[in-house]
Amino acid sequence: MPRIGLDIGSRNIKIALLDGERITVLKKEPSGFDPMERCRRLLAELPAGQITATGYGRHLAEKDFSCATVSEISAFARGARFFDPTVRTVIDVGGQDSKAIRVDGAGRVLLFEMNDKCAAGTGKFLEIMARALEMTMEEFGDPLHRNESRVRIGSLCTVFAESEVVSLIGRGADRRSIAYALHDMAAERVSSLVGRIGVEPSVMLAGGCARNPLFAELLAKRLGTPLLIGETPEFTGAVGAALTE
Amino acid sequence: MSNYDQMWKELGLDLPSHEGLLNFLGEAYQGIYLTQKNRPTGMAYFDFVISEVHGLRIKEIVDARKAGKKGIGTFCVYVPEELVLAANGIYIGLCAGAEVGTPQAEQYLPRNTCALIKAFFGFKLANLCPYGEVTDLIVGETTCDGKKKAYEAFNEITGKVHVMDLPNTKSAEGRALWRSEVARLKEKLEAVTGVKITAERLAEATKIVNDKRRALQRLAALRAAAPTPISGLDALLINQVAFYDDPLRFTEMLNKLCDELDERVKDTVGVAPADAPRILVSGSPMAIPNWKLHHLLETSGAAVVGEESCVGARNYRALTPEKFDGLEDALTKIAERYLTIDCACFTPNDERLENIVKMRDDLKADGIVHYALQFCTLYTSEGFKVAKELKEFPFLRVETDYSMEDAGQLKTRIEAFLEMVRNRKK
Ligand code: SF4
Ligand code: SF4
Repeated sequence: MPRIGLDIGSRNIKIALLDGERITVLKKEPSGFDPMERCRRLLAELPAGQITATGYGRHLAEKDFSCATVSEISAFARGARFFDPTVRTVIDVGGQDSKAIRVDGAGRVLLFEMNDKCAAGTGKFLEIMARALEMTMEEFGDPLHRNESRVRIGSLCTVFAESEVVSLIGRGADRRSIAYALHDMAAERVSSLVGRIGVEPSVMLAGGCARNPLFAELLAKRLGTPLLIGETPEFTGAVGAALTE
Repeated sequence: MSNYDQMWKELGLDLPSHEGLLNFLGEAYQGIYLTQKNRPTGMAYFDFVISEVHGLRIKEIVDARKAGKKGIGTFCVYVPEELVLAANGIYIGLCAGAEVGTPQAEQYLPRNTCALIKAFFGFKLANLCPYGEVTDLIVGETTCDGKKKAYEAFNEITGKVHVMDLPNTKSAEGRALWRSEVARLKEKLEAVTGVKITAERLAEATKIVNDKRRALQRLAALRAAAPTPISGLDALLINQVAFYDDPLRFTEMLNKLCDELDERVKDTVGVAPADAPRILVSGSPMAIPNWKLHHLLETSGAAVVGEESCVGARNYRALTPEKFDGLEDALTKIAERYLTIDCACFTPNDERLENIVKMRDDLKADGIVHYALQFCTLYTSEGFKVAKELKEFPFLRVETDYSMEDAGQLKTRIEAFLEMVRNRKK
């Protein structure tokens, strides 16, 4: 029987179908107002399989589909090791939270850290700031902003940082340098989180933010190590869930 | 309408809001406590105490005060209970574990004050805590900065706060200071209660307090059994109730419960499967009705087997010697007993690390969750030291407050932690 991993996040639902060790389907859709309805639709398009759910909505799925669940941390650990068996440190910067996970050669979690009640250093932070700058995510995460590193943002809190951004714009600061400063701030946050578990190579950056080149570059710089980034970083959790026994 | 309305009104409570609070508490208790499976029958007493938390117990205290006793409120396990009882006082823990009156509290306290401090202010300012109203004296202590400043403001509001100067170190000078502070409290208590504290009275009181501690120690030791005979939630509740129930009755009922638990252990009857991850919770105090972390842990499949906390081991670990050679000797021995407590407000505080390791080993814990209230500098700081001391041992650091906003995120971390602990056990 094929295995299905369902990663129900606050923003998107990711689904992975695995036939043995081979990924056959990867799909992503916005979670919307009724994530379970979306899941049902996505599942209807796939052959029957053994489902494991992860992500914020995992316990809803557990009720609706009477399936197994696994925490995002374990799912990301397994998924990351599936994409690259040399991985020992997994960093996931997702919509609502960021995590740093130390895994062993078998993809088991040895240690992890997750951000506390605070959005700074999460995908949401970057999204809010892109909106404040009226930039698309592509414009916002452009690595060329590195040539414009002229301003600094002092606030650690999303709310304060946002008003700082507004006043910087008001003072006529260049939007690209603000974008750079914000990415650097997020990278600093995440790197201090990773620092708590230590950086052991290889280090993989997973989750949606892995697709933001400026963020990935600044994080690698702060950690002093290259980052592995897969082709489908946002599916790490779904694939890991599918691989859960 | 309840038959306590008249009493609550006389105590100046805000009746409509108070009713809302009691309803909320009742529902929380129903959802968190009464849904647990296979509880010991001896918990019925504690269920009853909770159902009467603002009722019967308050009435008892009100009646006792009419008969001449005085209510003595405290916030910290450094305040010697022996002295309070020897002065014929009623010892009442005032710490609060629910988010109440936060906007009012923030008129006096900065926003980044820990939830515990905000809550005792909030309860007072929102007129929702009958316990504060039945005190004749409130004893504070110079432990953390937040509390120190809070007591100043609290005294402005209530006019009945006496602050003990607790040293920051356990040096000879620190000990001398504390000894003199214990003597000063004795005088204050005598002035408030009109009762002369003697060596004999202190010996009697010490026996009562020690018996309570022995019963709590007995409960703690029983939790080392696998499977554990009582849930962490129930044990936490007992430790919370210890701060305001009548000590003699409490001890008697707890010992009865422990007799039942003895039987359970003999018959290997437990509340969680034998292979449930055994978790030691360590850190900031959990005042009643703060059941958040235990609830999240135990509904995720863990068995909480111990609390390295003030509402827990810090309260009952050490006994006070029961033989005194006169009053001065009694005060010295009592003062010394309290300085064995390993709160993070002391520097250095290496005893705490040793105690955590010892509890972990005694209770055969599989993992430790370090709990710190958000903005509690003392315990968040020590969290790093504890992590280092424990090296590779499964350790999860949690920093949170009383709100349920972060419950989902915490649950994810807890589940991941338990998955990790289970993997290690294999
Ligand atoms: S944590 Fe420290 S200051 Fe707070 S109640 Fe306990 S002993 Fe007192
Ligand atoms: S939890 Fe920390 S900050 Fe709050 S009262 Fe206790 S020691 Fe102070």
